[in-house]
Amino acid sequence: MALLKSNKVIHCLGNISPALGALSSRNSSWWGGVQMGPPDPILGVTEAFKRDTNPKKMNLGVGAYRDDQGKPFVLSCVRKAEALIAAKQLDKEYLPIGGLGEFTKACAQLALGPDSEVLKSGRSITVQTISGTGSLRIGGNYLARFHAGPHDVYLPKPSWGNHTPIFRDAGMQLKAYRYYDPSTCGFDFKGALDDITKIPEKSVIVLHACAHNPTGVDPRPEQWKEIADIVKKRNLLVFFDMAYQGFASGDIDRDAWAVRHFIEAGHNIVLSQSFAKNMGLYGERVGGFTVVCSDAEEAKRVESQLKILIRPIYSNPPLNGARIASTILSTPELRSIWLEEVHGMANRIIKMREQLVAGLKQQGSSHNWQHVIDQIGMFCFTGLKPEQVERLTKEFSVYMTKDGRISMAGVTSGNVGYLAEAIHAVTK
Amino acid sequence: MSVFCEVPQGAPVAVFKLTQDFNNDQFPNKVNLGVGAYRTDEGKPWVLPVVKKVEKIIVHDDRLNHEYLPILGLPEFRSSSSKIVLGDDSPAIREDRVGGVQCLGGTGALKIGAEFLRRFYNGNNNTKTPVYVSAPTWENHNAVFSSAGFEDVRPYKYWDAQKRGLDLSGFLRDLESCPERSIFVLHACAHNPTGTDPTQEQWKQIAEVMMRRKLFVFFDSAYQGFASGNLEKDAWAVRYFVSMGIEMFCAQSFSKNFGLYNERVGNLTIVARDADNLKRVLSQMEKIVRTTWSNPPSQGARVVAVTLSSPELFSEWKDNVKTMADRVLLMRAQLKAKLQALGTPGTWDHITDQIGMFSFTGLNAKQVEYMVKEKHIYLMASGRINMCGLTSKNIDYVAESIHEAVTKVQ
Repeated sequence: MALLKSNKVIHCLGNISPALGALSSRNSSWWGGVQMGPPDPILGVTEAFKRDTNPKKMNLGVGAYRDDQGKPFVLSCVRKAEALIAAKQLDKEYLPIGGLGEFTKACAQLALGPDSEVLKSGRSITVQTISGTGSLRIGGNYLARFHAGPHDVYLPKPSWGNHTPIFRDAGMQLKAYRYYDPSTCGFDFKGALDDITKIPEKSVIVLHACAHNPTGVDPRPEQWKEIADIVKKRNLLVFFDMAYQGFASGDIDRDAWAVRHFIEAGHNIVLSQSFAKNMGLYGERVGGFTVVCSDAEEAKRVESQLKILIRPIYSNPPLNGARIASTILSTPELRSIWLEEVHGMANRIIKMREQLVAGLKQQGSSHNWQHVIDQIGMFCFTGLKPEQVERLTKEFSVYMTKDGRISMAGVTSGNVGYLAEAIHAVTK
Repeated sequence: MSVFCEVPQGAPVAVFKLTQDFNNDQFPNKVNLGVGAYRTDEGKPWVLPVVKKVEKIIVHDDRLNHEYLPILGLPEFRSSSSKIVLGDDSPAIREDRVGGVQCLGGTGALKIGAEFLRRFYNGNNNTKTPVYVSAPTWENHNAVFSSAGFEDVRPYKYWDAQKRGLDLSGFLRDLESCPERSIFVLHACAHNPTGTDPTQEQWKQIAEVMMRRKLFVFFDSAYQGFASGNLEKDAWAVRYFVSMGIEMFCAQSFSKNFGLYNERVGNLTIVARDADNLKRVLSQMEKIVRTTWSNPPSQGARVVAVTLSSPELFSEWKDNVKTMADRVLLMRAQLKAKLQALGTPGTWDHITDQIGMFSFTGLNAKQVEYMVKEKHIYLMASGRINMCGLTSKNIDYVAESIHEAVTKVQ
């Protein structure tokens, strides 16, 4: 009763003074103690971009592919698949917890290759997940519950910003191994090997299968081989994150090379896949989580546990995107169109990289911009310093994240010249 | 030596195992009264005509693409969903203190709500706050809250097996004696699995105790419109609680009332004291969503948003919902009539007193086993049947089988 009375008093006082009013509302709410969550850094970039009135403004924060007109691109194989699906007049019954069977099969085959011994022997399980994030989260939850080794997940330095909170919320601890060398804007191969050699046995190591996010720096095949060796010697559990298969080099097999090599080298990996970028299915949330096991019997047990993890989160996954993806992958005509289109997307990115470097040379830049071409995938770690990034934003309305990362997807033949001008201006 | 060699085989989810067994059964007159999905009188799934219409609109709209939705979901979906449960004229909405988080089905909404409560309710990261779920309740409620980290998930009295109705005094006693600030999961309507809802007067009593004892209200609304055929009627309890000034969560599912089961369409409606509290809550919800699924799937939410925002389509949807609700009511009436005509021992009023998709028949485990094994009629071990599984073609067989089970098996 006293509490109610004092609330009334505070409320009346609140009518006199806003500050006291705020006190009243916080005291009488369950949520008075809830702090405002920190703003998302990347979202902040987009917000600021939207507010900018400069007609030449460029949003290089966006993590979604854009065509040469700067517009979102719906793949024609996706539209065709949608039409095929619509004609079938299917029902909307719940999917199984593990997802659409045709999808998980095609998803695994895409990653591991059609001739995979793993698939032939049935010693893996793939569940449909809520795109890459959902896959990583289920993976993290699975490891937190069942991994017999240390619950330390080693991420490359740097890694995708969301990796850390995902694994943390899943109940794992985060550690890092050297990866990016800022002095070369390339791969710190020696640093990586040195660090990996010291990782305690049975820890979990996250590897970006291709098109490393955020740096765009990937190991070369010979380097991957050495990494696979060291990881084997250290007996680490490999967690591959493959969000860009096909999108990196334009070739799905080439982009999956590392994953397949590790498996051939005897690693029983776990793997997250996303179809957000390579099929442009971002908002449909299409992904897969795969566990390669010793044998089919173990795979069955693992599957049963994955289902138990999934059920209390969202019961079963959404159908629409998975059906589109599976239709594309298993309809020969659509599959070839898809391969062409993903090749086209990758090519446009590669071309923009080349044009940006050519543009910088043309501007008279004396810096070495080779890394812009050597890096691969959607993102480029320019090597720009925070002060330079700030100038780019303030003086040229070019928006990117403070770490100097740009999304090549935001670059078009129409604006690459301007970008070269702007970067030269802040770096000369 | 595999890292996973120690992983034990997990038990399958009962209701899905039931459907699996049903599917494998070769008996020609088998009946599936298990999983909770609507079926037509031909025993087929039903894609709502309005949904078919809207999906065509969407697929032909070249302006639409597959870009990411915002973390909290499609804005038009969130606001129209909250409106649907709270009412267009809801003062809470007018006062800007209602927010929505688009989630993956009702399950997803419960999950995000549970994760938030574990982090921010009753202190920070207080995993010891008791969470009460009805006895019995949907079998996944327990797992959602315990997997969100709550250590103490307990039953509150609800179903009185003796009188086959609500154990109101037991329920109220639990509300009076539980620790303050306990979280209670309430079924907004069409209680799953019993089909037994409190009356309006009973809801008023429940609300009074919950307010007085500072208990947290978490509504689970999976059947709005589907229970009585009337959206407002099915939302009465939620709206009453809001009108009493209670801050709460309401997990909404559009799986059944839109028939969008596999598109995973849900909304977590948050009713806060004021806009400032709401803003901070939503900012933290974003963090939780970001590490769970980043942003929700767009297809199903679009269908719902387009439907709810067009007066014509909205009206058509209400008709479709009424069609489903009416068929269920008809099956209830007919099943009861047939059991009475057969002279099946016991009273069968509960079949028509209960509401929604499910009925707690009162059959015991042995009788259920008889139904499944001998009669190839698949229902949950609890005696729960899905009324939607009944059709004009199988209702006689089911009624006769229930009669047999009750008379032959004790």
